Amino acid sequence: MDKKPIIQVSNLNKSFGENHVLKDFSLSLYEAENLVILGKSGSGKSVLIKCIIRLIHPDSGEIMVLDHDISELEQDEMDHLRAEVGFLFQSNALYDSMTVRQNLLFPLRKHWTKEERQDHAESAIQEALEDVGLAHTIDMMPVELSGGMRKRIALARTLILKPKVILYDEPTTGLDPITAREISELMNSIQKKYKTAAIIISHDLNCIRMTGNRIIMLIDGKNYAEGTYENLLQNEDPKVKDFFEGL
Amino acid sequence: MGLAKKIENPFFKEVGEISRFTARFFREATKPKQEWDEFINQCYWIGFKALTLVGITAFIMGLVLTIQSRPTLVEFGAESLLPSMVSVSLVREISPVITALICAGKIGSGIGAELGSMRVTEQIDAMEVSGTNPFKYLVVTRVLAATVMVPVLSSLAIAIGLYGGFLGVNMKGDVSWTLYWHQAYNALIYGDFLPSIIKTIFFGFAIGIVGCYKGYYSQKGTEGVGKSATTAVIVASLMVFILDLIAVQVADILGLT
Repeated sequence: MDKKPIIQVSNLNKSFGENHVLKDFSLSLYEAENLVILGKSGSGKSVLIKCIIRLIHPDSGEIMVLDHDISELEQDEMDHLRAEVGFLFQSNALYDSMTVRQNLLFPLRKHWTKEERQDHAESAIQEALEDVGLAHTIDMMPVELSGGMRKRIALARTLILKPKVILYDEPTTGLDPITAREISELMNSIQKKYKTAAIIISHDLNCIRMTGNRIIMLIDGKNYAEGTYENLLQNEDPKVKDFFEGL
Repeated sequence: MGLAKKIENPFFKEVGEISRFTARFFREATKPKQEWDEFINQCYWIGFKALTLVGITAFIMGLVLTIQSRPTLVEFGAESLLPSMVSVSLVREISPVITALICAGKIGSGIGAELGSMRVTEQIDAMEVSGTNPFKYLVVTRVLAATVMVPVLSSLAIAIGLYGGFLGVNMKGDVSWTLYWHQAYNALIYGDFLPSIIKTIFFGFAIGIVGCYKGYYSQKGTEGVGKSATTAVIVASLMVFILDLIAVQVADILGLT
């Protein structure tokens, strides 16, 4: 029997003025799978995952997330669905006026009751911080943390609601190779521990090789090529070849 | 110029966008479940941030107004009217407008820069992704806090300015504390206070809305944040003068002047 996708994007179109970034783009994401989206800068990779979380509205097409057609959800229903879909921003997007504890507490205020927060928030924060190996930073401000630490805290904030899917927007961009490798390892360990599925937007060859179970190449707004890292590396198509040689 | 061309004009476009933003504020502010903790927090910060500057400025304004007005009043033998003149000037015009201008600079730019920085670093998107309505959490609370705190600051400015006036009167004269306050209060009527308080409510609202609008839709990275903060101050200050002009006309029509 075929597996049922937990995210299904069908014939997605999105334009910004004359620039058609997504043209009938489709993808399926399955349980406990890391799917990498690879493409040039400005090719619409980030737009795609922002459409999936409904931060951007597509021009046409269908997006099913955990059996919900997100275009038909009321705002409140979408907010509840967002608890199941974590998003790691490229810029980390930590609230810089809040401590690490307050940053991690913030997503809980919508999805947990006051009693749940009083009884369980502290242990949930500790667990999330231990998952990313930064329990000691709990009372620090984001400005006191290094780039790699900020990325880990952002990941801890994403994990605190125990999402079923995580959308990573260039998780290793701007990090040194050692820290980037650590983040990639962390992403793998999270996938193993929580059985999360993930869509990973990345340019980083090491990250792609380490984390990706399957790769989609987004070229000219379309799902141009698809396969494992090794499959695509051996692909003779000039656009795919050019891309890997350029990385 | 045709209507379509007028709509394309950046000025009209901006007016339209701010109007839509204001309409959204009223929609969100009237929906249930407000962010009261954040509102209290913002009231504290807005009041606290501007209090020192408003206090010092009000004190100096009261003092200077008294010193500058004395020679003219002496010339007409009306020196005894000095406390009355100072109190009416401070209550009707000087305190509300000076407080609002300081708040436009301090609070308007602060809100514009804070929200602008949150926009360009994707913190507003992160809030939305976490299921929190960022408009309600960031905009509604700040606009309401500015609307509440500017009248409070203006009232404090009146009290501090009157104290400055008392010192000014006594620099070249000898008026007792009781007599000064008695004269200052006797000169005031209900029609002086009401328009003053009402207009500061509108000033606060305008400062909050403009600051939030500029910050919330900030673009183009750090350059955009700086631009948001600067334009928030310029537009909010201009709004204060326009609203003041309208308030004077309305008060005049209603016979409150």
